[in-house]
Amino acid sequence: MNWTLALPEILLAVSGLVILLACVIPKQDTAYGGSMAVIGALLGAAILVLMQDDGTAFSGQYIADPFGRFMKLLCLAGAAATLLLAIDFNEREKLARFEFPLLALFATTGMMVMISANDLMSVYIGLELLSLPLYVIAAFNRDSGRSAEAGLKYFVLGALASGLLLYGTSLVYGFAGSTNFDKLAEAFAPGQPVSAGVVVGLVFVIAGLAFKASAVPFHMWTPDVYEGAPTPVTAFFAAAPKVAAIALIVRVLTGPFADLSDQWQQVLLLISAASMLLGSFAAIGQRNIKRLMAYSSIGHVGYALMGLSVDTDVGVRGVLIYMAIYLIMNVGTFAVLVSMRRQGKSVELIDDLAGLGRSHPGTAMWMAIFMFSMAGVPPLAGFFGKLYVFLAAMQAGYLWLALIGVGTSVIGGYYYLRIIKVMYFDSTEQPLDAATPGVGLVMAGSGLFNVLFILWPAPLIGAAQLAVAALVG
Amino acid sequence: MGDITEMEIGLGHYLVVSAILLVLGIFGIFLNRKNVIIILMSVELILLAVNINFVAFSAWLNDLNGQIFAMFVLTVAAAEAAIGLAILVIYFRNRGSIEVEEISTLKG
Repeated sequence: MNWTLALPEILLAVSGLVILLACVIPKQDTAYGGSMAVIGALLGAAILVLMQDDGTAFSGQYIADPFGRFMKLLCLAGAAATLLLAIDFNEREKLARFEFPLLALFATTGMMVMISANDLMSVYIGLELLSLPLYVIAAFNRDSGRSAEAGLKYFVLGALASGLLLYGTSLVYGFAGSTNFDKLAEAFAPGQPVSAGVVVGLVFVIAGLAFKASAVPFHMWTPDVYEGAPTPVTAFFAAAPKVAAIALIVRVLTGPFADLSDQWQQVLLLISAASMLLGSFAAIGQRNIKRLMAYSSIGHVGYALMGLSVDTDVGVRGVLIYMAIYLIMNVGTFAVLVSMRRQGKSVELIDDLAGLGRSHPGTAMWMAIFMFSMAGVPPLAGFFGKLYVFLAAMQAGYLWLALIGVGTSVIGGYYYLRIIKVMYFDSTEQPLDAATPGVGLVMAGSGLFNVLFILWPAPLIGAAQLAVAALVG
Repeated sequence: MGDITEMEIGLGHYLVVSAILLVLGIFGIFLNRKNVIIILMSVELILLAVNINFVAFSAWLNDLNGQIFAMFVLTVAAAEAAIGLAILVIYFRNRGSIEVEEISTLKG
């Protein structure tokens, strides 16, 4: 029993309980201290992840490998950055309660368990540990009907998705005889007969996982939840949990089910193409910028899954690079959205950005960089994310899929560029308030990454290469 | 396959019961137009179907993992129901109704 491998998760869980106690006891307001303690715990976990050895623990339930480390560092960074954005917003909107960072911490623990899962049982526990806190923080603004509605919708559809995933898990367990990934991989090795029960179970499992990553046709909760939840919560949703869900899909499909790729590849191709198409077309008519970001994130999941659906090592590497870049540009964009307010009141329509180019040229410049990057305009980072998955699709002979990707990028360009047009060419009488320094820092960090990625891409691509080698090799 | 004769209840029967429960649960969520509580009950029905599957497979395979999994599912289902009801209470306080058809402020 090599439990020290799971030290990052143990640290997060224990510090979550300690912070909970420390925040409940004092009479005065502990929201700020709670946030800072949680960010500290996330950083501590990141250091432990970096020092982690490879291996499996807990009777093969848990695996530590370079792939897990890559994805965990992304999740921890995403969670810490979005918590930093939340501090100021929550104070202004009278939402400053310590429960928010704490629930985010528990959700992050769930993500880490998910990413390190080597058994369908730990997949389920990790997924629920992620989902249950997310249902609560979607409804975090409990005096707002919209936030409560977002939480309710997310809960109902999320519980249904968990149920489907579990049903699939039970079928796989019954017809293959084990829940352990290594044993499942042996049971599905080439030459072994594949029973229909396993295939049906696999489809259910993919459906449940696609829901968590909000891929079409399991995306319907995304726009409503993104719009209804408070903006920092939306930022959190769009960053770390999405990376964790994609990581889990990659882990499950390239691990135990790798030799069943004939069975899942078509499903994934369809999901990827449909996500890209819906993400780009449905976003065109949106007026609320959070809703627009929801459709944009559906599209991005489609691009990322393109790399997995072509079922090559290069494709999986593309997924990892895409998710890293997606995470960073998304955090930057949400830093701008969190700072959108007029005379102290939060606003969230695209038209509210009018005149930003004149009143706050710095914020507008970063936002323009993020939008160009999301649209995939070279030489920004977003272009390279798309380049790697498109190249992988073409090398694997899926030219049609790459062409759909290029086409939807062009359509997506329309609504991203419209935001830039509103910022620079529309005028307004009441400009937005200035961004606070902390939020500005996140914006600048993320923006600089997007601009400078072209000069020094080697570390990220090298790390992704290493992670993929561990996963498929 | 286990010994499925006319008189004996075998694995197949359990799987059919659980499949029926699953379908009932899914239809309960989508066809119900009245009350969110019914949706919560349908979710429980789905998890129940899963548990029947796990326990039946576990007995059939002579492998304890399935029953351990069922224990986990029970535990998480309890937590899930608690959170669902809490969100429902918040929702009711804001809207004064839990009719499914009225949950439609967010759309577009």
